[in-house]
Amino acid sequence: MLASLLQHGAGTAGHAAVAAGAAAEAFGPATAGWLLAVPLLPLAAWVVQILVGRWLPRQGDWLPTGAMGAAAVIAIWHFVKVLALHDPEFDLAAAVELPRWKFFFSDPSLTTGLAGFSAGILYDNVSAALLAMVALVSFLVHLFSVGYMQGDSRYNVFFSNLALFTFAMLALVISDNLLFFFVFWEIMGLCSYLLIGHLAADRKEPKMSAAWASMKAFMTTRIGDICLFIGMMMMWKAFGTLSFRELYAAVEAHVAGHGGDWSPWLTGAGIMMFLGAVGKSAQFPLHVWLPDAMEGPTPVSAMIHAATMVAAGVYLTARIYLLLSPTAQLVVACVGGFTALFAATIGITQFDIKKVLAWSTISQLGYMICAIGAGGVAAGLFHMLTHAFFKACLFLGSGSVIHGCHHEQDMRKMGGLRKKMPITYLAMLVSTLAISGVPLFAGYYSKDTIIAKALERGLAEGGLIWALPFWLLVVAAAITSFYMFRLIFMTFHGRPRAHCSEHAHESPWTMTVPLIVLGTLAVLGGKFWLLDPLGAFSAGGEWFTELVHDPVHFVDHETAHHAHLTAMGWSLAAAGGGIFLSCLFYLWRRLDPARVAAALGACYRLVYDKYRFDELYLATVVRGSLVVSHLAAWLDRTFVDGLVNAVGRIMAGLGTASAATDRVVVDGAVNFVGEATAAAGQRLRRLQTGRIQQYAYFTFAGAVVLAAVVLYRVF
Amino acid sequence: MLTDHLLSLITFLPLVGMVLILLIPKDRLGAIRWTAAAATGVTLALSCWLWFGPFDAAIGGIQLRESAPWIPAFNIHYTMGVDGLSLPLVFLSALIHFVAVFASWNIKKQAKGYFALLMLLEVGVNGVFLALDFFLFYVFWEIMLLPMYFLIGIWGGERREYAAIKFFLYTLAGSVLMLVALVAIWLKSGGMSGGTFDLLVLQEMARNWAADPSTFLGMKFTTWIFWFLFIGFAIKIPVFPFHTWLPDAHVQAPTPISVILAGILLKLGAYGMLRINFPLAPDAFHHFAYALAVLGAINIVYGAYVAMGQTDFKRMVAYSSVSHMGYFLLGAAAWTFTGLNGATLQLFTHGTSSAMLFLIVGVVYDRLHHRNLNDFGGLGKRMPYYMGLSIVGMFAALGLPGLSGFISEAMTLMGSYQVYPVLVIVSTLGILMTAAFLLYAIQRVFLGPLPEKYESVPDINGREAFCMIPFAFLCVLVGVLPSLILDKMGPTLELLRDQLAAVVGG
Repeated sequence: MLASLLQHGAGTAGHAAVAAGAAAEAFGPATAGWLLAVPLLPLAAWVVQILVGRWLPRQGDWLPTGAMGAAAVIAIWHFVKVLALHDPEFDLAAAVELPRWKFFFSDPSLTTGLAGFSAGILYDNVSAALLAMVALVSFLVHLFSVGYMQGDSRYNVFFSNLALFTFAMLALVISDNLLFFFVFWEIMGLCSYLLIGHLAADRKEPKMSAAWASMKAFMTTRIGDICLFIGMMMMWKAFGTLSFRELYAAVEAHVAGHGGDWSPWLTGAGIMMFLGAVGKSAQFPLHVWLPDAMEGPTPVSAMIHAATMVAAGVYLTARIYLLLSPTAQLVVACVGGFTALFAATIGITQFDIKKVLAWSTISQLGYMICAIGAGGVAAGLFHMLTHAFFKACLFLGSGSVIHGCHHEQDMRKMGGLRKKMPITYLAMLVSTLAISGVPLFAGYYSKDTIIAKALERGLAEGGLIWALPFWLLVVAAAITSFYMFRLIFMTFHGRPRAHCSEHAHESPWTMTVPLIVLGTLAVLGGKFWLLDPLGAFSAGGEWFTELVHDPVHFVDHETAHHAHLTAMGWSLAAAGGGIFLSCLFYLWRRLDPARVAAALGACYRLVYDKYRFDELYLATVVRGSLVVSHLAAWLDRTFVDGLVNAVGRIMAGLGTASAATDRVVVDGAVNFVGEATAAAGQRLRRLQTGRIQQYAYFTFAGAVVLAAVVLYRVF
Repeated sequence: MLTDHLLSLITFLPLVGMVLILLIPKDRLGAIRWTAAAATGVTLALSCWLWFGPFDAAIGGIQLRESAPWIPAFNIHYTMGVDGLSLPLVFLSALIHFVAVFASWNIKKQAKGYFALLMLLEVGVNGVFLALDFFLFYVFWEIMLLPMYFLIGIWGGERREYAAIKFFLYTLAGSVLMLVALVAIWLKSGGMSGGTFDLLVLQEMARNWAADPSTFLGMKFTTWIFWFLFIGFAIKIPVFPFHTWLPDAHVQAPTPISVILAGILLKLGAYGMLRINFPLAPDAFHHFAYALAVLGAINIVYGAYVAMGQTDFKRMVAYSSVSHMGYFLLGAAAWTFTGLNGATLQLFTHGTSSAMLFLIVGVVYDRLHHRNLNDFGGLGKRMPYYMGLSIVGMFAALGLPGLSGFISEAMTLMGSYQVYPVLVIVSTLGILMTAAFLLYAIQRVFLGPLPEKYESVPDINGREAFCMIPFAFLCVLVGVLPSLILDKMGPTLELLRDQLAAVVGG
């Protein structure tokens, strides 16, 4: 069946034939099959798991995990081939023939509108790296879940949802058009909904808070999704295509055709599509769902709400970068920069270990979005990859801590876990160093590039507003290292502050192996300096930015170099300052955080309450919708239906009047003759039981009059 | 031989079933049920065969035409035919009636009459989809009305008589308007001297009527018949503000009748518009298309908001139908190829998803004997399979990609955006509210702690699962491979669109 639907179409000729030749040599004709196998393996696992998983040994957990392992091997194998090519212009479509799927209509003669739509595979440097990262992280999370979810009442369902999710994410990464991107984007939304709400349907202790959190997540992201859909429709109306490559060309031609000016509607369409990313990547003002999403099991938080799904918004922004007008780019950069700082401030005040990580995720996603808005597409994507490693590691580490502490999440009740959980501690420590931007660690290279890019763009554009992103990011960097070390010190240092942390234990191998792998990547994932330790400090050599180039350069080489040095200075100072302050408060205890909080009073409360955006949205959007819906229901019952009933009553009244006339006038005469009683009774009874004929009679009479009018004309 | 009369067979096999049921003594419940199942089952098999066998998707026009003189004095013919527009709906009708028989398995009260009426209903519905003679169409339309009135009025809930009368009168009003238009069209086409009811011939004539500038009371002939037919069909869809019979009828009707009502009866109005209303008054349609699109957008948004405001599970689902049928009107009014295909596919996808939603409501009502959304909770614990199937149905209804609802809604919206961007953007509010009320329903029914009084609720049984699984399967299948249906519809709808474009130009 599928074979007939997959029609082979020629890939668009891209760049130099030489490069294509090398790529063609590396990637045989079976490549498309291998690449499709990456998402289809978890899909097949899902189908089996959802149908018969319950009756499989170990409730089938090995099936999605094994499928994911195989997918990871394929994805990494292909990624290594891409790395070996080392071609910044690499695009598989230029090298080998890729299948296309005519989705809506398989009939090739139908080409009008969506009838001509066909979907294909997009495999370039970005998707190659991302596919490998997603597959690897997903596999590790599957493995971790085998340990973490033991004893869950819906163990099999959990694994099936996980498998469906990974299918959607992997398929999204290699989609070459916005429509399929949207399709998988929404399926991920469903899985996110199901997994956040996993405990809401628990057979032992269902958690209502998880139900609310899952609904909040789905609805909030759906607002963004609908905006994305509107943006897609705008693009489709104007250009009649949704393929990324064709849209790039069409927008370029459109802008060139207007003398280099961007039409306002293009800015609007760009912002609409970006709003999809705002929802999915939890950017301000649609950030409210992500912290609540921590109601989901911790592996879910690690995979979906840190490493993969939320990063899809960043990926979307990168893919549509060439469709964004300068104004739209400014909006993107400012939203990202603001979110980075805004979420970081909240991160300082939280005590739930997962909530701290959630706010940190929002903040780091802000960095990536800001980078892309500023033109540092490669930088943003680079940070997305390194962040995936260290944030997944942090989340899984927190899961290990929670598991070890018998499901305690409050950091105030932890402390001193360093000795009891050494592997977890080490993994989380290196990840924290990475996220803080300490040299040698992966996060340093990517974050540094982002800050440099923000500065470059600020210098290129001039003016106050474009200078904003850089400073927002620098301040956020300081706060990031502060609250992340706060987390480490509160959890692992000092003395145990509660019973649960006294009896903590290290987790089983299924949980520590993923931590070790991810921890290693958190160190070496940015630049592989192991063989050349000195190279760690010299400029250049980051594998990702060498592979993926920014589409547009805003400054010359010289300025870029200076900007990079300045940015490095600022970001190192920020990281150092943050760590130092954190040590003062939480390691050396020279300052008391409680007293500082008390001194700040209402300001502290406001930040602690997440600036009360939840309350604001509840009072306006949620209440507003409910009021409107109840009003509409009331209107419908009272007025629209009331009118119908009134018409009915008038008809019934006419019927009664007619019957009365019938009885009094006609029957009166009959009565006079002498057969009155029986006839009247007969008629009265008919009035009671058979009103419908009367209504019909009057309706029909009215219609006949109307008909006469029409017919008069017809003749 | 069989293909020559295949359409008549599909239409009248249920009538054979009805006659057989009437011959069975009324206390032999099993025989009655299995006869009904056999009659609808064979009809379903025939419609499947029609789909995969003799029907040629490459032909846009009418196929397998059967024609015989019926009332020669008025030039009325028994003309049947099928094309890409009616094929999916005939299949859907056959499937829904087949499932309805199994969903009716527990009906004990006057079962003989019930199943006999159910068979008659299918005759009417299939006939409407296959008739190509306007008079024949009208006859089938009326045949369908009667059993529905009794099925709600006798086997319904506590306020069944009110709901049945409301349904009957509303639909009758629509029928009368249609009758007026029918007679007027016949007279216009020549009356006693060469008048015709053949829809294909009338479509050709309609070009001349459109060109005729003379008016009556300020309106052209085509404008008159357009509105008469439109209101007649709009009541059936139902279009705001003619929709209030629907929630009452649904709430009072027994589950299988709700399934039929939402799954297929609402589609008759839509089908009538595409088959008769728009082609016979193309210029008026073109002129008033924007008004229709506005009505469609109102249906989508208003229906979704009102659904959100309901506490009765079944009423909520009923209003979701009002919202979803708005997509049809919006897409049809846009009349772009994509919009038209999306709108027509919406008929099919809504048929499957709404049928499933009403089955879902039926399951929970049979067990807990109420439909108050605020009084459920935690049922997922006791009914995991039911929850799984419900989630498929509800997410198909809220338009989740990968399930059928998304394909039709996305096509409708993208097709309509070409013509009415503002209306489409307004309509997206409906998408949001639909997600809201369905998720809120899932939460209130399945999630959280299970009240003690529901501790012993059993999960769905085999028969209930058997009713739901075909729809769940179709929701997934069409969501993943929409070309299975769209390939069949495409050529016909392209022809339809071109015909109209030829009249109004452009």
